[in-house]
Amino acid sequence: MAETVTLEVQRYRPETEGEPTWERFEVPCQPEWMVLDVLNYVKDQVDGTLSYRWACRMGVCGSCGMTVNGEPALTCATYLRDLPRGPVRVAPLAHFPVIRDLVVDVTDFVDKLARVKPWIIRKEDKPLSEGEYLQTPDELERYKQLSMCINCALCYSACPIYPLEPEFVGPAAIALAQRYNLDNRDQGASEREEILSSQDGVWCCTFVGECSVVCPKHVDPAGAIQRHKVTSTIEWFKSALLPWRKR
Amino acid sequence: MDSLRHDVILVGGGGAGLRAAIALGESRPDLSVAVVSKVYPMRSHTVAAEGGAAAVIKPGDSLDAHAHDTISGGDWLCDQDAVEAFVREAPEELLRLEHWGCPWSREKDGRIAVRPFGGMKIERTWFAADKTGFHLLHTLFQTSLRYGSITRYDEWFVTRLLVHEGRCQGVVAIEMATGKVYGILARAVILTTGGCGRVFPFTTNANIKTGDGMALAYRAGVPLEDMEFVQYHPTGLPFTGILITEAARAEGGWLVNRDGYRYLQDYDLGKPEPRPVLKSMELGPRDRLSQAFVQEMEKGRTLKTAHGDVVHLDIRHLGAKVIDTKLPFVRELCLKYERIDPVRDLIPVRPVVHYMMGGIATDLEGATSLPGLYAAGETACVSINGANRLGSNSLTEILVFGARAGKAAAAYASEQPPPGEAALGVALEEERHLRGDWLERSGGTERMAALRTEMQRAMEEGAGIYRDQKGLASAATRIREIRERLGHLRLDDRSLTFNTELVSALELECMVDVAEAIIHSALHRTESRGAHQRTDFPRRDDQRFLAHSLAHRVEGSPPRIELRPVTITRWPPAERVYGR
Repeated sequence: MAETVTLEVQRYRPETEGEPTWERFEVPCQPEWMVLDVLNYVKDQVDGTLSYRWACRMGVCGSCGMTVNGEPALTCATYLRDLPRGPVRVAPLAHFPVIRDLVVDVTDFVDKLARVKPWIIRKEDKPLSEGEYLQTPDELERYKQLSMCINCALCYSACPIYPLEPEFVGPAAIALAQRYNLDNRDQGASEREEILSSQDGVWCCTFVGECSVVCPKHVDPAGAIQRHKVTSTIEWFKSALLPWRKR
Repeated sequence: MDSLRHDVILVGGGGAGLRAAIALGESRPDLSVAVVSKVYPMRSHTVAAEGGAAAVIKPGDSLDAHAHDTISGGDWLCDQDAVEAFVREAPEELLRLEHWGCPWSREKDGRIAVRPFGGMKIERTWFAADKTGFHLLHTLFQTSLRYGSITRYDEWFVTRLLVHEGRCQGVVAIEMATGKVYGILARAVILTTGGCGRVFPFTTNANIKTGDGMALAYRAGVPLEDMEFVQYHPTGLPFTGILITEAARAEGGWLVNRDGYRYLQDYDLGKPEPRPVLKSMELGPRDRLSQAFVQEMEKGRTLKTAHGDVVHLDIRHLGAKVIDTKLPFVRELCLKYERIDPVRDLIPVRPVVHYMMGGIATDLEGATSLPGLYAAGETACVSINGANRLGSNSLTEILVFGARAGKAAAAYASEQPPPGEAALGVALEEERHLRGDWLERSGGTERMAALRTEMQRAMEEGAGIYRDQKGLASAATRIREIRERLGHLRLDDRSLTFNTELVSALELECMVDVAEAIIHSALHRTESRGAHQRTDFPRRDDQRFLAHSLAHRVEGSPPRIELRPVTITRWPPAERVYGR
């Protein structure tokens, strides 16, 4: 196959360079290749120093998010032939510190997931001997889509608020909090409210909606944030108007 | 060199590792636990498991039935005491996951739903649509965040076990972001690093499945058990090797050859019926289905493609509604990676390396022959999978034996004194090796990717679905040459910062060790059983080989293979029967 593709890739080698640079590679390619296949070709055949993460190559581990032609994308799920003709430009995910080449530091993102207490919180645990908590298919459906997040962080890379307000909990973490809030087995919504309604929580979001546009799993974090704003407003009114009511 | 201290170290943060970590956090919050993983936990390969997890829960099912399906599926190579413990603890482990929030699929009344699966006599596979592993891993990861006693070392690559005075007392690891080498001391270490599918060229396994834990234990003198048993899953997508779950057949999918004929009826797997029949035809075990494909190919009845021969998986008759509720990931993967819609189109599939039945030899508590070292999950061989694992047993296995290993390591660690600084001597030596022999070595001519490709090709050609003495011996020679050439490897990358080429080279060293164990175990087993089919020894031989192979590493020579009898409790060896 005589087809080739031009890869323009952002390099950053902190031990020898102060600033990122761009490098070009001409790469032979096959019609079924993803952007990740091009990176792998360069690494294996041309330049073993090119650095990036990948694992499952089936769009479910969330490790290979990068900026492809200016948009955050999973490189293992982005076909070359779906991109416009001309060079393919690959850069690290925006809004995260770059460790090296296409590898970004996602520590802040992963720490934020933990801040929303993403686990089942119960006043009293039911013993295993009493069997499962019942959950009808309709009840499952209420939070199912929110449980599909693969933690790829594309939404933080697309979010216009996150770079301006680094303390913003962010789209995936809020969607994850809502995933548990909407699960009928959970009783922890009020504990999560502390962080969600804080100044770093949902009110940071100005509803640009880019997070939902780039989400490869259609989790719709923007929708989750807006729904939480409504819930939280109602709760606020209730507590202001009915102060004796226990939450 | 900087050193760190914990009570228990988990190497690997997938399902088995996180389950063990939670077991430690729950039962012994006073013990400090380190989860050291070369990837963030949610990238671990548990995430890719699709179909489900088996455990007896429905009326009409029984623990004995689950045990019998598992043992006959494993062609009587399973240790039956391990299987009995496994089926007994399986239901409560899956229930525990339910209590932790796993979004299991449900019946209308809100109870857990189960689906049929290959080789199982009755429906007992719990599922979360067809992303069961994904949901299980994320539930475990999120739940693990509750425990203050667990410290994660994300993107740290373990290169060696610290063995001192006959006990495992920690690990040596590279912090990938900085290239710094640390000695991490602990009273016990649990290996939960998963499988080694990347030893082969065509696999469902993620890029990270390179047998690291197996190699770490093997080099420390622990034998690898039953390494000749490599599972080919019958339905992988050509080119990518992405798995199309067995659930597609359990829901009623058919396998057809180039003529649209359900060819499994020609291979003693039963008669074709329009609706799925348990333990019959498409719901036969994976080893038999993958072997049937090869024979069908030899008869010229498969279809040729640019990426090898294929047959077709037909799920069109299930309709869009069933596909979207029960098999949404199958549709997503086909649309994304094959550009076909299984609602309207046939899915091209071929057998693909999927799972390692063998692994680090452990007892029922996950303990290895090295005091202080434990293992669980795909990296271990306990052994419940025998010569062929049944689909939906592996997700349950990582929970049952992850929890067991966690508890056993906790008990062991409580009785051990804290490791002394002397154990760090090995770590200093390892640091010098990593710097001197890898990052600062001059010369060298071999390219890593080229050696890796050659190793994979040797394994596919010599140790694939059908094997013989000649092919295996030739593969053994090729792997030995590759090992020598590894000594002349030249790294492009000499950086300390996130050096993925260095990690890949260390992974390749692990894979070469694992490959050698696979080949020599396969050479030694002159019979055919389950996934190990020798064309020169086509029969099962219970007289000589109702036994596990134990491969012991020998420096500079091929491994020494010993046999250990299988533990039989209540199910004496018999014929495996499917479809009749």
